[in-house]
Amino acid sequence: MLLYKKPSLLTDTNMHYCPGCSHAVVNKIIAEVLEEMNIGTENIIGVSPVGCGVFIYNYIDIDWVEAAHGRAPAVATGVKRMNPDKLVFTYQGDGEVTAIGTGEVIHACNRGENIAIIFINNAVFGMTNGQMAPTTPLGMKTTTCPDGRDPQLNGYPLPMAQLFADIQGTCYVTRQAVNTYKAVKNTKKAIRRAFDYSLQRKGTSVVEIICACPTNWKMTPVEANKYISDFSVKTFPLGDLKRP
Amino acid sequence: MTCEILIAGFGGQGVLSMGKILAYAGIMNNKEVTWLPSYGPEQRGGTSNVTVVISDNAISSPIVDHFDVVIALNQQSLTKFESKVKPDGQLIYDTYGITTPPSRTDIRIYPIDAMQTAVKNNMQKMFNTIILGALIAVNPIVSINDVMQSLKKTLPERYHHLLPANEQALHIGFNL
Amino acid sequence: MLLKGNEALALAAIRYGVDAYYGYPITPQSEIMETLIAQKPWESTGMTVLQAESEVAAINMVYGTAATGRMAMTSSSGPGISLMQNGISYLCGANLPCLIVNVMRGGPGLGTISPSQADYFQATRGGGHGDYRTLVLAPSSVQEMADFVAIAFQWAFRYRNPAMILADGTIGQMMEKVTLPPFQQRLTASEVAKLHTWASTGRREGQQRNIVSSLDLDPAAMELKCLNREQRYQVAIDNDARHQAIHCDDAEILIVAFGSAARICTKTVQLARQQGIRAGLFRPITLWPFPAQALRQAAQHAQHILVVELNAGQMIDDVRLALTTQNNPTTTPNLPNTSNHPNTPTITHYGRLGGVVFTPEEILNHIKNIHTAPPTQTAPPTQTTPPTQTAPSTPPH
Repeated sequence: MLLYKKPSLLTDTNMHYCPGCSHAVVNKIIAEVLEEMNIGTENIIGVSPVGCGVFIYNYIDIDWVEAAHGRAPAVATGVKRMNPDKLVFTYQGDGEVTAIGTGEVIHACNRGENIAIIFINNAVFGMTNGQMAPTTPLGMKTTTCPDGRDPQLNGYPLPMAQLFADIQGTCYVTRQAVNTYKAVKNTKKAIRRAFDYSLQRKGTSVVEIICACPTNWKMTPVEANKYISDFSVKTFPLGDLKRP
Repeated sequence: MTCEILIAGFGGQGVLSMGKILAYAGIMNNKEVTWLPSYGPEQRGGTSNVTVVISDNAISSPIVDHFDVVIALNQQSLTKFESKVKPDGQLIYDTYGITTPPSRTDIRIYPIDAMQTAVKNNMQKMFNTIILGALIAVNPIVSINDVMQSLKKTLPERYHHLLPANEQALHIGFNL
Repeated sequence: MLLKGNEALALAAIRYGVDAYYGYPITPQSEIMETLIAQKPWESTGMTVLQAESEVAAINMVYGTAATGRMAMTSSSGPGISLMQNGISYLCGANLPCLIVNVMRGGPGLGTISPSQADYFQATRGGGHGDYRTLVLAPSSVQEMADFVAIAFQWAFRYRNPAMILADGTIGQMMEKVTLPPFQQRLTASEVAKLHTWASTGRREGQQRNIVSSLDLDPAAMELKCLNREQRYQVAIDNDARHQAIHCDDAEILIVAFGSAARICTKTVQLARQQGIRAGLFRPITLWPFPAQALRQAAQHAQHILVVELNAGQMIDDVRLALTTQNNPTTTPNLPNTSNHPNTPTITHYGRLGGVVFTPEEILNHIKNIHTAPPTQTAPPTQTTPPTQTAPSTPPH
C-alpha cells in the first residue's frame, strides 16, 4: 500500500540545500500545493530569486523566470500583466524582500498586483556565507556583526510583514514557520490561500516564512528549529496579519 | 525657398503654441516644417523660445544659427536675439515694456503694438494670433487662410467657437 | 501629422502592436509615457502601459514581460538608462528581446536636460556588466523615431537581444511631419506560444519546462552560451549595419556624424558645397553594429575625416577602428573584418559638451580651418576642438 509519494511536480534533481535548511521544506510544500490545486502547469509561472532559493527552478517542474536580485516583484508584474489569468508567484529571501528589493516589493503590493510573494526569512544572507540581514534579530552573531547585532550600529530587525499589512493593495499577509509538523501544515494552508487569492485577483498576498539556516547559524538542524520556537518568534510573532 | 523663424518670449506666453500654429500653417501650405522648442523648467517662467523652419524642400538642420525672422515678445528676448537676425532679415517685436529698442541698421525692424492692441480690443487671449497676423503682413511665408486651417486642426473642438475671433485678430495684426 | 519625436515613437509603438510599456518620468522624454497613456491603448490594442516606481523596476518589468515572449519596451534618459544597465545585462544574459529608448541629455551625473550624444559608449559597448552588446539605432528625424520601433523589435526578436533607439533631446522634442505605420494586431497567446517556444508562459502538458535565466554556474556551459551570443552578433554585423551617405563619392572632407548631429551637418555639407568645398556626410544609422565596411568605402577619397558629435569624442573610436584596422584574422568575433585602406586620412573630432548644440555654420567654420590649413598643421587626432576663446554662439535652447 502506497502511503506517501513525492509530489509529481517535484523533479528528481538533487537539491543543493544544506542539511536542515528550511528552503527544501518550503520548496516541497509549494510543489504539493500546486499539485493539489490541479490548475494545469500551463497556468503557473514562478519567478525565482537571487540567493539560496535561486535553484528552485531546478526542483519544481513549472515554467520559471529568474529575476535579478530583489527585482522579482517587478519581473512578476511584467509576467502577470501579460498573463492575468495565470498564477504568478515569487519566491524570495529576506535579502530580496527586506534589503535590496524593498522598493519593488512595496510598490508591487501597493499596486495590488495579483501575485503571491513567498518570503523566506532566515535572518541571514545564506548564499554569501551568512552576513547580517535587515531581519537578523538583535544579538545574533553573523560574519558582518560578529559581536551580535547592535541596534546602535545596525538598526532593528525590519518588520516587513507589518508594513505589507498596512498597504491597501495587499489582501493577505501572514507569517508562518516550518520548524514543526504543525507549523508545516499551517504554512501549507497559508500558501494555498495566497495562491487562491491571486487567482481570484483579490490583490497581493505575502506569506512570510520564518526559516532555519543551521549552517550559518552554526547550529544543528534540531537546535536551529528549537531556536525558532524559543527566540525567532519573539522578534517575528507568527500568525495572520491581514485576511481578505 | 526656406524661412527660418525664431519666436522668443516669456514662458507661459504661448510662444511654443504660436510656433506650432505657424508650423501647422506651413503644412497646410504643403511645405516641409520643423518645430524645435527650448524645453524644461523655463516653460513655467523665464524665457522660452521656439525655432520654426518652413521650406519647400526637405529640411536639413532644425538647429539654426541666424534667422530670417526673429519675433521677440519681451526685452530679454529682444536683447538676446537681435544679433541673430540674418543681414536683411526681419525683426518683429512687441513694443510693450521695451526700454532698449533694437539698433541694427542692416536688418528690417518692425515694432508692433500687439499687447496694447489686444487689450484695446479685449483680445488679451489672442495676443499670439495678432502677432501671427503681423508676421504674415511682413513675410507671407504662410497666408491668413493657412493659419485659420491650422487653428482648426490644432484647437480642440470645444474652442472652435473662438475661430471667428481669431480670424479677426489675424486681420488686426495684419494691419498693424 | 505634425508630431514631436517622442509622440511619434509612442504612437508607432501602439500601432506596431507592442504589448507593454513600463517607464519612469525623466526629461526630455516624458512625452513618450504621457502620449501612450493619453491614447489608452489598453482599450484599443490591449497594450499595457504602467508607470513604474523607478527605472530599476521598469527594466525588470520589461524583463518579466519579455520572458513571456511579449514585446516590451521602456524609455528614459541618461540617468535612468544608467540605472537600467543591470537589467539590460540580465536581458542580454537571458537572451530576451526588448526595446529601450534613450533620449539623451547632457551629463555626467544629473547634468542638463539639453540634447547630448554622450551616451554613445554606454549604448554601443553594452553599458552594463559582462560580454554583450545592444543593437543600437540612431534616428535623425521624427519619421525615423516612428519607423525604428518596428525595426528595433524585429531585430530584437531575430537576435534575441535588447535593441536600443538612441535619440537625443532635439529629436525627441522637435516636431516634424510624420507618417505613422499602419495598425498591426498584437499576437494572441497561442501565437506567442507557437512562435516563441522559449518563453515562460506556463509549461504545457508533456513538454519540458522553460527556465528564462542568465545564470549558469558551469563556466564551460556559460562559455558556450556566450559564444552562441557572439555568433548571433556576427550575423548582425554581417547583415544589419546601416548607414546614409551624402555626397561621399568625391568628398575630400568627410564628416561622420549620427542622429541630430548628422542632421545639423547635412546643412553644413550643403553650405560647404555652395562655397566650393568638397564635403560629404557619412551617417551611421546603426551605431552597433557599426557600418565599418561602408565607411571604408565612403572614405576612399577623403583627405580628412571629421567626426562631429555632441560629446567629447566617442564614435571617433569606431571610426578609427574601421579605418585603421588591418585585415588580420581575429578570434574576437565582433570586430569587423577590414581591408587595407588606400589612403590614410587624418581623423579629428569636433564636439560640444554638456547639452550645448553646435550649429551648421559653426561646423562649416571648423571645416574651413581644416581646408585651408596645410596638412602638417592639422590638429592631433585625439583633440576635441572646442570653439575659439570668443563666446560660443549658443543655439536657441
